[in-house]
Amino acid sequence: MNLLSVNNLHVNFHIKGQDLAALIDVSFTLNRGERIAIVGESGAGKSILGFSIVNLIDKPGYIKSGSIKLQNKEITTMTPRLLQEVRGKRIAMIFQDPMMTLNPVLTIGAQLVEAIRSHTRISFKDARNIAIEKLHSVQIASPEKRFNQYPHELSGGMRQRVIIAIVLLLNPDIIIADEPTTALDVTIQAEIIQLLLDICRDNSMALLLISHDLGVVSRVAERTIVMYAGRVVEEGPTLEVINDPQHPYTQGLLNALPQMALPGQRLNQIQGNMPSLNERPTGCAFHSRCPYATDKCRQQQPDFIQSGVSSVACFMVENMITEFEQNTDEESL
Amino acid sequence: MSTPLIQISQLEKFFSTNESWLSQWRIDSGKLKRKKDSVHALNGINLTINKGETLCVVGETGCGKSTLARVIMGLTPATSGEVHYQDQRIDHLNDRQRMLFRRRMQMIFQNPYASLNPRMTVYQTLYEPISFHNPQLSTAQVDEQIQTLLESVGISASSIDDYPHEFSGGQRQRISIARALSVEPDFIIADEPLSALDVSVQAQVLNLMMDKQEERNLTYLFITHDLAVVEHFATRVAVMYLGRICELASTRVLFSAPKHPYTKALLSAIPRLDNNTTQPIRLIGEVPTQMDNPIGCVFQARCPYANQRCYTESPNMIRQTDNSSVACHAVDEGRL
Repeated sequence: MNLLSVNNLHVNFHIKGQDLAALIDVSFTLNRGERIAIVGESGAGKSILGFSIVNLIDKPGYIKSGSIKLQNKEITTMTPRLLQEVRGKRIAMIFQDPMMTLNPVLTIGAQLVEAIRSHTRISFKDARNIAIEKLHSVQIASPEKRFNQYPHELSGGMRQRVIIAIVLLLNPDIIIADEPTTALDVTIQAEIIQLLLDICRDNSMALLLISHDLGVVSRVAERTIVMYAGRVVEEGPTLEVINDPQHPYTQGLLNALPQMALPGQRLNQIQGNMPSLNERPTGCAFHSRCPYATDKCRQQQPDFIQSGVSSVACFMVENMITEFEQNTDEESL
Repeated sequence: MSTPLIQISQLEKFFSTNESWLSQWRIDSGKLKRKKDSVHALNGINLTINKGETLCVVGETGCGKSTLARVIMGLTPATSGEVHYQDQRIDHLNDRQRMLFRRRMQMIFQNPYASLNPRMTVYQTLYEPISFHNPQLSTAQVDEQIQTLLESVGISASSIDDYPHEFSGGQRQRISIARALSVEPDFIIADEPLSALDVSVQAQVLNLMMDKQEERNLTYLFITHDLAVVEHFATRVAVMYLGRICELASTRVLFSAPKHPYTKALLSAIPRLDNNTTQPIRLIGEVPTQMDNPIGCVFQARCPYANQRCYTESPNMIRQTDNSSVACHAVDEGRL
């Protein structure tokens, strides 16, 4: 059964009298224990999607239509009281910058204990024991000492571990990690990613990883969703998306990686920039940067079609599939 | 034969952490003692940068990469050691004398949102360095130079009077590159110029930097922690750890045969698309701070191969058969 299902989600921002669409018709499902990655450039709407799942979209943004269901409970229409139950306890979030998430004037311990005690009635002493145990489980050395320290006394990787410990306290079903390792070094990044993976496997938690690092994504996620200009353009098993990208944008994104070009040669950049919210073109939003764009792409928005095990929204792929089918039909005749 | 452009010898930079006189006093076993604490950001760096090459400096946060860049540029004075530009010593110059070298050395900073003056248009940003360093040029001539410069970095001339906030991150970084190129330097230090940018935009900026290098025979000192970029872009790589260089090798040699245990761990930690089976080498323990500068090898606390010698004796850079240099006792003794 689906743990989380997002259906035809539209999120708009009301800015200067204009109603700008940040997310358009986004649908996906997340099963128990599944790890999904959302990739795309900045401004593609990855983070907005993460925020809207826990209904954290602030004004001027609002959820225009669509539904987000957590085991048949609709999140978009929940009262703040019920939402409080969902946030943290069912769905937890890890943000990019651990220094911004932790309160700089409270000790690590105080923040852990607060998180436990705001959701369960428990004595301070018991809460402290749980907190220390969780700090230990995220491989923080000498947790008793760290318990009384302030966030600024810890390194970046250590802070992110503390955040993960806070997330683990309430044993949520889903962790949404919004670029959890972008601010960290490669060696620390490798450790945090491994830790996240282990935790999700051991507790059968579902993970929604928002990232622009395709290397990280390929390590972690089972399925990958590629977003461009507020829409999902490709979705499929991670290995399939990375080894056989269908959508021209996914291809461009992968080709732009330095390891895809010969050393010392020019990199294969995608021409142009992603259109900003108020200048989204008609038709497929990628057409201005797409090497295969036709007149049809400029006028119509492509629908999702199944291509192998992935689903893609692209007319070029659609044409190729119909041609292929026609050919095989003719041959069989 | 490659000619050296910049030579750095025994460069050290300490930052004092208790500057005020009163905070330097401690009570130690009943006696009042005065002690100056300092952070050893650079601990005896020796480095030669050859003309026309791209030397990448990699390492974790806090290893002194950026301090190295700032000391070479003269933005921060060195504690001891020397920096030579061709055959002139430049680290002890005053501001007026240094001006001559500012024309030849330029810097590109990490965050294009912070390094461009938000109250200056693109035109003003570029006009200032050109007219300052070429006072003989007329305004029309400067304008012409700005036009060609903007064109060469792919910014359209119509946006010449726009302010930085009107550009995207990639465009801003291209404007920073244009500003660095405006005085026609020989040597550019780029301090993490790509880390604030997306993958596709990174490719644009990197391509631009490579084109310019080819056009003008530029020398780059490229500071980054993204090893995929290093593998693609660098001629030689210097790996830094806690204020020291622990391995220096040509890119091909470093990536095919890393020697220092830290380099090995660093390379294994790169998330790659193809090899999901190999596990990264885990470094146990946190990065020690530069406050408690350990005796012996700086990497001892996290090194799986450390023995007694590593705790007592600091390793020197030793040249290997494949022309790379490594500072490691284990490599020297053939244990690794």
